[in-house]
Amino acid sequence: MNDLDKHILKIINEELSKNGTAYNIRKDGKSIERNSNDNIKIESKKDKDGINILVKENTINGYVHIPVLITQSGLSDKVYNDFYIGKNSIVTINAGCGIHNDKHKDSSHNGIHRFFIEEGSYVKYIEKHYGEGEGKGKRILDPVTEVHLGKNATLEMDTAQIKGVSSTIRKTKAVLDDGSKLIINEKIMTHESQTAKTIFDVKLNGKSSSAKVTSRSVATENSYQEFVSKVVGNNECFGHVECDAIIKDNAKVLSDPKILAQHIDARLIHEATIGKIAGEQLIKLMTLGLSKKKAEETIINGFLK
Amino acid sequence: MIELVNISYEIDNKKILDNINIKFDSNFTVITGPNGSGKSTLAKIIMGIIKPTSGKVLYNGEDITNYSIDKRARSGISFSFQQPVKFKGLTVFDLIKLSSNDELDFNSSCDILSKVGLCAREYINREIDDSLSGGELKRIEIASIFVRNSNVTIFDEPEAGIDLWSFKNLISIFKELREKNNSKTIIISHQERIISIADKVIILENGKVKDDKDYLLNELNLKKCPKLGGDVNE
Repeated sequence: MNDLDKHILKIINEELSKNGTAYNIRKDGKSIERNSNDNIKIESKKDKDGINILVKENTINGYVHIPVLITQSGLSDKVYNDFYIGKNSIVTINAGCGIHNDKHKDSSHNGIHRFFIEEGSYVKYIEKHYGEGEGKGKRILDPVTEVHLGKNATLEMDTAQIKGVSSTIRKTKAVLDDGSKLIINEKIMTHESQTAKTIFDVKLNGKSSSAKVTSRSVATENSYQEFVSKVVGNNECFGHVECDAIIKDNAKVLSDPKILAQHIDARLIHEATIGKIAGEQLIKLMTLGLSKKKAEETIINGFLK
Repeated sequence: MIELVNISYEIDNKKILDNINIKFDSNFTVITGPNGSGKSTLAKIIMGIIKPTSGKVLYNGEDITNYSIDKRARSGISFSFQQPVKFKGLTVFDLIKLSSNDELDFNSSCDILSKVGLCAREYINREIDDSLSGGELKRIEIASIFVRNSNVTIFDEPEAGIDLWSFKNLISIFKELREKNNSKTIIISHQERIISIADKVIILENGKVKDDKDYLLNELNLKKCPKLGGDVNE
């Protein structure tokens, strides 16, 4: 890895420690470093580009890091990663993609991730997306996530698109079994003429299953964001979708929520708010001595924290 | 010291403040008066949240009428809101840290929360959002102002939304503020117990200073009688 790789890696995966941890670093379409351990095995797929991450049952405090670096302008990278989490495990997965594009050709990465989380397991999935570079070439990230949650299993997903991503379409699908829980916290910030679309499709099939999707986004300058969600309650279940967006300048945000209850005991809630930074928040922070600009930054940083 | 010189404020052809002249030379001044008398407007004019239609605001003899809110804050003026502002994402610790100009660490922030009757461990990492009750928000607001150690501190109806138990803590905080040297406290309040510890009481009515001691006494007696709309807690 050169200095540029290390710099991007630090931004998207600060936590990476190679000491015995299971990890796979992918750069410009190829796996460049990999490690497995006693509980977590990472292997290449035989039929297509990508990896299988196999976590043994009863793995406690397992960590997996799978960062992706794109530094080659014009590269279109597509990868299939499947996570098989054995019963009663507790695992943290750190993913993320950083694109550096200094040239005029578009660079893109499509990560197709599938999670098969068995009974009683808890998985924390952290993903950061970041783009940089002075070139006119776009930096495109289109992740697809498919989640299968077994009985009483939990997936907590924290995703953040920090800055510099020209265009993203993020699709997340989840199917939940009895007593399982899905918690998604999404943070997105767009600048310039960037576009970001997130689509959630959650099926609460299991008895006492629950989903909480929280999306916080800031759209600035001429950027455009779209939030689409569909939560279907097919059993006694609870679903809560909360979408908050701050708009600045000439930005546009569309929130398109759908909740569908197909069971008498399904309880589904959707809350959506779009608006500029509240004047009273700016005034409050200014009364503490912050300039208007600093107050605005503080509010946005807190909102996306 | 804050001095208001010929301050008037008008909006939609309605005079809210009419030629106000006040020197806040006492350590602890309470401004009271009926609803709609212009008390909160006056407080906001001192902080720069509202710009007066005419007149001057002097701070230690300097004309600060055209100073921005943040410049006044940096000069040593603080303001506690009647309705505390909520923030998604900012925690109680974030707010206290910002208020103290990054000088307070985690432990000191916990101490100040205890002072306003909140269990620090439960609150310090909570977001300042709808999950907090009005009374909790108010106590956090007061704690965040107390840590600023400002030369001039303005409280706009600090008792609003505070329960009786917290009110006792509030009074002891105000007594502490009153004893501070080189610090002036200005409080907008209707509460007899706050008024009773004031060095100076200013009564506003219809946007004018009404220096009428009998009026004040009548106001206080009215508050003592629940049947006449007074506060039963007091």
